Amino acid sequence: MSKQSDLHLLAPGHAGCPGCAPSNLLLQICNTLGKDIIVVNATGCMEITTTQFPQSAWRVPYIHSLFENAPAVASGVSAALKAKGNNHTTVVCIGGDGSTYDIGFGALSGLFERNDDVLFICYDNENYANTGVQKSSATPFGAATTTSQVGSKHHGKERARKPIVEIAAAHNIPFAASASVAFQADLKAKLKKGQAMKGARFITVHAPCCLGAGFDGSLSIKLARLAVQTRLWFLFEIEGGKLKLNFNPKVEKPVQEYLNGQKRFAHLLPPLFEEIQAQANANYARLLDWHERSVPAQKE
Amino acid sequence: MVVKTLNGAKAVAEAVKNCQPDVVACYPITPSTHIAEEMNHYYANGDTKTFIAVESEFSAISALIGGAATGARTFTATSSQGLLLMHEALFNAAGMRLPIVMVVANRAVSAPLSIWNDEQDSMSQRDTGWIQLYCKNNQEAVDSVIQAFEIAETTLLPVMVCIDGHYLTHAVGQVNIPPQSEVQDVLPPFKPKIFLDPENPLSLGVYTNPSHYQEFREDLHNDLLQSKEKIIEIGKKFGKRFLRTYGLFEEYKLKDAEFVLVGLGSVMDNVKATVNELRNENQKVGALHLRCFRPFPSEELKKILSGKTIGVIERDLSLGAQPPLYTEIVEALQGTNTIVSSFFGGLGGRNLDRTAIKVLFQKIKSKKPLKEWIAQQKGDQK
Repeated sequence: MSKQSDLHLLAPGHAGCPGCAPSNLLLQICNTLGKDIIVVNATGCMEITTTQFPQSAWRVPYIHSLFENAPAVASGVSAALKAKGNNHTTVVCIGGDGSTYDIGFGALSGLFERNDDVLFICYDNENYANTGVQKSSATPFGAATTTSQVGSKHHGKERARKPIVEIAAAHNIPFAASASVAFQADLKAKLKKGQAMKGARFITVHAPCCLGAGFDGSLSIKLARLAVQTRLWFLFEIEGGKLKLNFNPKVEKPVQEYLNGQKRFAHLLPPLFEEIQAQANANYARLLDWHERSVPAQKE
Repeated sequence: MVVKTLNGAKAVAEAVKNCQPDVVACYPITPSTHIAEEMNHYYANGDTKTFIAVESEFSAISALIGGAATGARTFTATSSQGLLLMHEALFNAAGMRLPIVMVVANRAVSAPLSIWNDEQDSMSQRDTGWIQLYCKNNQEAVDSVIQAFEIAETTLLPVMVCIDGHYLTHAVGQVNIPPQSEVQDVLPPFKPKIFLDPENPLSLGVYTNPSHYQEFREDLHNDLLQSKEKIIEIGKKFGKRFLRTYGLFEEYKLKDAEFVLVGLGSVMDNVKATVNELRNENQKVGALHLRCFRPFPSEELKKILSGKTIGVIERDLSLGAQPPLYTEIVEALQGTNTIVSSFFGGLGGRNLDRTAIKVLFQKIKSKKPLKEWIAQQKGDQK
């Protein structure tokens, strides 16, 4: 073990796929937030690959309970710290998109409504990767998974993903943000900002899944960057009803540049590319409009 | 000692408040709702530290998992569908050895929907790894909940204190409630050795391969069986301080009894009253109230019940098989040639009065092993 890796709060040698973007994200989360945290983790890839008994990669206190209850467990941790008079430790709840968008959504909404002191981070790899690549509510339109298959009648996922950050923000929580593993300075700034605040804070981080999307692990960060450049993922934050686009993809870049390198989109034909491009541009227009209404001074 | 006239829900909540839980999370469900309301009343007035008004029972138990793992004393109350919704997390809490205390206000399960009492709810959770204590009246409920915190925190096992919905939760009577200053005499502060702490990081709830999983379950099983000793010890200690002693079960006129009804919950006060009536007629009858259903005191029951003629009375079912308490009593008495009958019913709030219980004593006198529904009483059918 090198001296550098000794400094990491997540030990090296995880059991994830080579080039796994969510694993990279965990390292960034731990090292950015520091030692004074308690991690609550939902069942998922990041739980399985870091805690195989008798080993654990976590050098910070860590608890995994179930798939759908991580937000409520985190509320309990937060309440216990409050009861003990601890007002410094950050409770960090980490879930994949399956637990965040789907099975744990009720508990997450409850956490938001109560505004409990929890920093919730979703590693958004757009599918149930741990069970072998099934469709989640975060799986993008058109993507093939084992439960949104391409056949003679149906051609991958038929609905767009849930706008989870906007849904989170609609609960009037202090901070809801969207980030990407490819934009580390932006990610770190959001993590630190979220950590410094009180109440329920939400950050979802795009972390492409080489297994689920079907690409070589060496391309994880490149694809994450392309998603933002092609308007298929956005970097923004919402506070007090005001939205700030942290990166403005002003120039339209064809969505194919992101889609083409992934097996889950290999079946797509030109009409669907056009539809995805239209969705991407519409999302950009919507968020840009919100951004401009929120910060008129920044309008050029 | 403070004697108050109040219902079971309020009595239990006051006892819990006097135990000073750190984290309380509740969701309303009849007939446990008043306990949640009372706990919130204490929170609103600054008598307790936290109250998480969660969005489901599943989140209530989950919040306590987080709270207990962070070293906090934790409490919730629920019933019926709420308990069933917690099912997955109950296994998890026990598996992670989290000393959560929960009051279950026993109620029937749907379908059909019923808000009234029986014990199908908690009986269906008997294999989750929780200690289960059943109370026959509100005094026992108050005393048991105080003992439950120490039992849980010393054995690192979660404890369910089961009290019959409506029959106990809504029944008003005189209850002796030890004030906080007196509770402190028997209940030490919770100081866990292992908890989530940035000063001493550790991982809880990890993944195991076939090489390790079974050992964890074996430890849990053995520790649950061994917790009988702690339950007895803490029940005795409570008795020394408050003059009400508790154990795994309560024997009532059992020693010389030939015919014994065994059961749990509020029906047992009626059984005891019936025993008194029949004893006045010189009938050698007795009763056994099983306070501790998990861990099941198999050996202990064998010692005192062997050779008697037993009727097991229970408000639950194991659909498609024999009822749970009956099968476990039969297992305990294996090889003793004891005649055991099974009487089940009183479901969905159907009353089990002394007339019905007298009929059961009459039936077991035939010394034939019966398995039957408890006969419907006049007036119950409408």
